Amino acid sequence: MIREYKLNQEETPLYDALLEYRKQRMVSFDVPGHKQGRGNPELTEFLGKYAMSVDVNSMKMLDNLIHPVGVIKEAQELAADAFGAYSAFFMTNGTTSAVQAMVLATVNPGEKIIMPRNVHRSAINALILSRAIPVYVDPGVNERLGIPLGMSIENIEKAIRENPEAKAILVNNPTYYGICPNLKAIVELAHQAGMKVLVDEAHGTHFYFERKGPISAMAAGADLAAISTHKTGGSLTQSSILLSGPGMAEEQGYLRQIINLTLTTSSSYLLLSSLDITRKYLALQGENIYQRVLEYANYARKEINNIGGFYAFGKAEIDHDAFFDFDQTKLSIHTRDIGLAGIEVYDILRDEYQIQIEFGDLGNVLAILSIGDRPVAIERLLGALSDIKRRYGKKADQIAVNEYNQPKVVMSPAEAFYAKSKQIPLDQTIGKVCTEFVMCYPPGIPILAPGEEITAEVLEYIDYAKEKGSSMTGAEDLATEKLNVID
Amino acid sequence: MTMWFTENHTKDVYFAFKVKQLYSTESDFQQIDIYQTKDFGRVLVMDERIMLTEKDEKIYHEMIVHVAMAVHMDAEDVLIIGGGDGGALRELQRYPGIKSIDMVEIDSVVPEVAQRFLPEIAGDFLDSRFTLVIADGLKYVRTTKKKYDLIIVDSTDPFGPGESLFTREFYGNCFEILRADGLLVNQHESPYYRSDAREVKSTFEKTSKIFPIDKLFQAHIPTYPSGHWLFGFLSKEYDPLDNLQAERWSKLGLDTYYYNLALHCGSFALPNYVLELIGKKQNIKRR
Repeated sequence: MIREYKLNQEETPLYDALLEYRKQRMVSFDVPGHKQGRGNPELTEFLGKYAMSVDVNSMKMLDNLIHPVGVIKEAQELAADAFGAYSAFFMTNGTTSAVQAMVLATVNPGEKIIMPRNVHRSAINALILSRAIPVYVDPGVNERLGIPLGMSIENIEKAIRENPEAKAILVNNPTYYGICPNLKAIVELAHQAGMKVLVDEAHGTHFYFERKGPISAMAAGADLAAISTHKTGGSLTQSSILLSGPGMAEEQGYLRQIINLTLTTSSSYLLLSSLDITRKYLALQGENIYQRVLEYANYARKEINNIGGFYAFGKAEIDHDAFFDFDQTKLSIHTRDIGLAGIEVYDILRDEYQIQIEFGDLGNVLAILSIGDRPVAIERLLGALSDIKRRYGKKADQIAVNEYNQPKVVMSPAEAFYAKSKQIPLDQTIGKVCTEFVMCYPPGIPILAPGEEITAEVLEYIDYAKEKGSSMTGAEDLATEKLNVID
Repeated sequence: MTMWFTENHTKDVYFAFKVKQLYSTESDFQQIDIYQTKDFGRVLVMDERIMLTEKDEKIYHEMIVHVAMAVHMDAEDVLIIGGGDGGALRELQRYPGIKSIDMVEIDSVVPEVAQRFLPEIAGDFLDSRFTLVIADGLKYVRTTKKKYDLIIVDSTDPFGPGESLFTREFYGNCFEILRADGLLVNQHESPYYRSDAREVKSTFEKTSKIFPIDKLFQAHIPTYPSGHWLFGFLSKEYDPLDNLQAERWSKLGLDTYYYNLALHCGSFALPNYVLELIGKKQNIKRR
């Protein structure tokens, strides 16, 4: 066992309560109106009677996520125990809401937060809601792969020194590509300076159950962590958990109030029960499961590197600083040596091989391996990559592409977002301040965020990504041919 | 007590015979059963689907081997993907010109069960030309350094352990390990029931993009869904009709139950509904 549990992780209080509720054959004169599925036959046929019968409202025996005092409270305590956290909050608005709660709970309007710029859009959205001022730290770039890393300790020290009044530091653990920062050192530095450490662990649920994996936020002593249990943990899409460390012990009630600002008052019991059951499964089986996933991933990495032309990078790229550790369950594959952009490989895999991977950017594709993978599926991915090499393999694309441009921040995201703006064609925007997001989704890391100056390099990147088939999102103009800029 | 085995051909249509169960086992990949029947002899069933019966297996195995061999009489190195029952092996072993036969079967239990309960079908697993490799077929074709003249894809259905043998990546990697005049024959499912027909169409769409010559041929196999069964003839150079080596094949003097040279040619004449399914139907002017 990775951790000694204090509670009995065999228990599933929330799931048990739902089973009990079903047995009672309660007549409902409350919402939801489909009343155990009876009111919507086609939907019930599609999703199944079983699922519909527990799509119910909060009630005494099922507790209430807004104000947990019963089975949800117990289930959250079990989750905290399973993840080695001080407390756990179930989220039903996705990890986006967990990231926003972390920022809103620790940084007030006008206060500063230190973060890398290669964060998910949800983090910058949180800055618009909180009106916090970001201090962006250069994440560092791996020159060969063109990808942003996890921030060097030197750069973080500098940011802390120059902004001693900042309230918190937000870090990715791992980044989308699987890169982990030196989390322990960051926590130490931040706590010395009186700053909270917030960790976006959307892609790191499994760190809590891997014996040899990168350190998890809670183990590193971070104050808050947002974990997407649905991403690599196996719970239903949109379910997520916000973990709190002992550093937030005094602010538990406030944290609950912050979460409730945007939390739905009708949380889905399908999502909640999936968290309860997933927590039990991971607590009891997680170590074995992720050991298997790791073996699959390491096998796939080795085989991909044997195909030639593709580079599935791994721990060899570790530099003990900005690339401090690597999540080996991520199959990040550099594609440019066969003369194809990542996004092209991503499209070919989907359209011609019926293989959907997580994302493709200009130089890389990412396949995520998790709890549900099987050898047959992995062989298909390997077979397809080798066939793509056979069919398309040509000389390396010489254009070096950086996936990351350090932005020129002119004003805070909130200031720009709420400012008076106008929409103008893309090619006339150089030198103007953008008031909206532009990103390829996935991965959803903004190329431009509100408050940043639009440069020639940024426009070049957008043009190139569009030409290679990336779908641009974030801007009001769905085709991203025009952008909103400060009037 | 009377026991019946039934196989659903669609959700609402099934095929059944009266059986006595001889053996049942669960391998790492599938449920495998052997039944004794009155009219069809012994029956091999995998995951509730009939794989072969002693009565009609010759039709399938002759068609999956002789059509290809009669075109490519110089084939020396042959690869069987799947085919753990050994039926295709048995037919191939009748050709003295073949120098090596490699069989890549994912499930080691299938050849064991076949040799024990279906020895008449299972071919000679001790033949010095023969090598059995227990491995994933897709992985084998992706990684092998050996080149082949003929690949026979004797798979189960496109779900379960056989799923990756109906993919573009599989056929792409097969193309890579075939010699310049190599060819491939695969079992191509039935065009009759709608859900099976969808597999025929999608597999043909994938393979015809890879092989310059891709033609379907058919046989009547009574115990398979609808009885109307297709095979694919995928080739780099040889056309199944233009390059038929009728004289050389006749000289071998093979005694066959189903296959003959006239049937070889006739089997490539497809019904209109099949031509339409694979987009090969010529437009016919209405009177």
